[in-house]
Amino acid sequence: MAIFITKDSKVIVQGMTGAEGTKHTKRMLASGTNIVGGVNPRKAGEKVDFDGNVLPVFGSVAEAMEATGADVTVIFVPPAFAKAAVIEAIDAGIDLAVVITEGIPVHDTAAFWAHAVATGNKTRIIGPNCPGLISPGQSNAGIIPANISGAGKIGLVSKSGTLTYQMMYELRDFGFSTAIGIGGDPIIGTTHIDALAAFEADPETAAIVMIGEIGGDAEERAAAYIKENVTKPVVGYVAGFTAPEGKTMGHAGAIVSGSAGTAQAKKEALEAAGVKVGKTPSETAALMRDIMQAIG
Amino acid sequence: MDLYEYQAKDLFAAHDVPVLPGDVATTPAEAKAIAERFGQTVVVKAQVKTGGRGKAGGVKLAENPDETSAKAEAILGLDIKGHIVHRVLVTPASDIAEEYYFSFLLDRANRTFLAMASVEGGMDIEEVAATKPEALAKVPVDAIKGVDRAKADEIVAAAKFPAEVADQVADVIVKLWETFVSEDATLVEVNPLVRDPEGKIVALDGKVTLDENASFRHPDHEALVDKQAEDPLEAKAKAKGLNYVKLDGQVGIIGNGAGLVMSTLDVVAYAGEKHKGVKPANFLDIGGGASAEVMANGLDIILHDPDVRSVFVNVFGGITACDAVANGIVAALGILGDEAKKPLVVRLDGNNVEEGRRILAEANHPLVTVVDTMDNAADKAAELAAAGV
Repeated sequence: MAIFITKDSKVIVQGMTGAEGTKHTKRMLASGTNIVGGVNPRKAGEKVDFDGNVLPVFGSVAEAMEATGADVTVIFVPPAFAKAAVIEAIDAGIDLAVVITEGIPVHDTAAFWAHAVATGNKTRIIGPNCPGLISPGQSNAGIIPANISGAGKIGLVSKSGTLTYQMMYELRDFGFSTAIGIGGDPIIGTTHIDALAAFEADPETAAIVMIGEIGGDAEERAAAYIKENVTKPVVGYVAGFTAPEGKTMGHAGAIVSGSAGTAQAKKEALEAAGVKVGKTPSETAALMRDIMQAIG
Repeated sequence: MDLYEYQAKDLFAAHDVPVLPGDVATTPAEAKAIAERFGQTVVVKAQVKTGGRGKAGGVKLAENPDETSAKAEAILGLDIKGHIVHRVLVTPASDIAEEYYFSFLLDRANRTFLAMASVEGGMDIEEVAATKPEALAKVPVDAIKGVDRAKADEIVAAAKFPAEVADQVADVIVKLWETFVSEDATLVEVNPLVRDPEGKIVALDGKVTLDENASFRHPDHEALVDKQAEDPLEAKAKAKGLNYVKLDGQVGIIGNGAGLVMSTLDVVAYAGEKHKGVKPANFLDIGGGASAEVMANGLDIILHDPDVRSVFVNVFGGITACDAVANGIVAALGILGDEAKKPLVVRLDGNNVEEGRRILAEANHPLVTVVDTMDNAADKAAELAAAGV
């Protein structure tokens, strides 16, 4: 089954004709994703050949959906135009918008999130500043390399892209139902809790890895959610124990402010909810390994 | 980017938020000249990007120009929580009838903005929130609807501002919202917002944080960067487009992806517990494309950090292939030549790792040790750093 994307997902790419969009559309196609077209108002009506896969370019998300039945959009447009692109996707009523773009002003993200809420949250937003998600062997919406791991029964949700890759690599002999990078910005669409709820409901997911990092209190809230609502085993990892107060560590949202947002507080909250937390990515993978071996 | 008080007040003034006049001095003589211009009792305020200035002796009254010079001399050069005072703001002293608190900030949990207001201003607002939460009104603000006069009235009512200042405060709140939005701020804080004896509302202090992701539409914000106060290595890294934060340890770190680099710092710190307590010397994320040039720039920064005793290059080849990273390391060491003197521990995994390791083995550089796993590589890097301490 997997969560959010499956083999039936029909994917369009906003910003498909840009450098990043082109590169990753090729990669997504190579990993078997059913990409049905791209969106670029200035190139509407053109066709783009991706190594023999000829994809149409549409003038708008709505046109692309009408012509192809697309239900997922992956957004690569530059930061200055990202807000308009996401709002267009929301207004077209697409099921899922995956916002890869890094560097979107937080006022813009707050605005498109408010627009999503005001229009009834019909579109699930993942990101921004995220690697997207992959249901190995079925569909790959974003930039996660498809060759790290195949399909299996572990669900993975992470704020970080490279830690997602690292964890998939460590557990590649078990495989993943879906691995999802929710992004490292201060405001994001899909949260740890949303992914945990979906994994809990997904019959193909047997256990869950949750990766967090400094900043905000999303991990603490996820811990409270796990305690009340998640019956499947969860292991956790938190990055940023050595991060100094008041410094942004790469991700716009990765900052300890005063005494808030520390890795220690997040680890303690997760452990209090019964989640085993690894000290390093490898130790975390070992904890999951034990669980998967016990499940059999 | 956090602003100094005087910069925050300049932005406030540009958006018609009432502030007192004032000027910045970097020497006692400049401070004296400003006091002479005002011709009245002034306040000399340390300009540092941290709280608790008053308690640290960074804010002083001066009744005349000579006293202003003396007070400025006492404050300039002070170390306030690790921030050295290079500038003071000289501003006319103001009589205060009442002190309030006001801020707009990002509410990450609710994915929107928040107005916070209290009629108990002037003190540490975290303390008010902890000890008297009922005295701090928190009003969510819709990012699209924003704050118009009606919304400002709602905030004023929630915080129970006195009736005689309600109108003025609501007007100031609307202007602070304009500042918050049009400058792409993530924090606008006024503590205290005061009523003077004549009943006039003034922003007596100001704290503003600007969103660096929005700098593409605010070319004027570049001028607000305090280049003097930047760490020289951080400034050099920034000029080369690298995401670098200087820390106080001995193991230089290069990695790809913010999460993996943060994790690398932690793993090195754990490993360091067994090796004389060595710690990571920096955060450096070279991002997805680890080209030879980016790797050389990164190594150049780290190898020129006098605190660094060993370097740990930790790359997971996702989109980037490990062979490209390995070639980058070899080429970077070639570019740096004799300048590269410190041992490098390299851990590569992921995309095309065998070829990457083969390239490093073939180059057989005397400074480079390749280790298979992240934990073992961290241990090796910590061991090498400890040997050099």
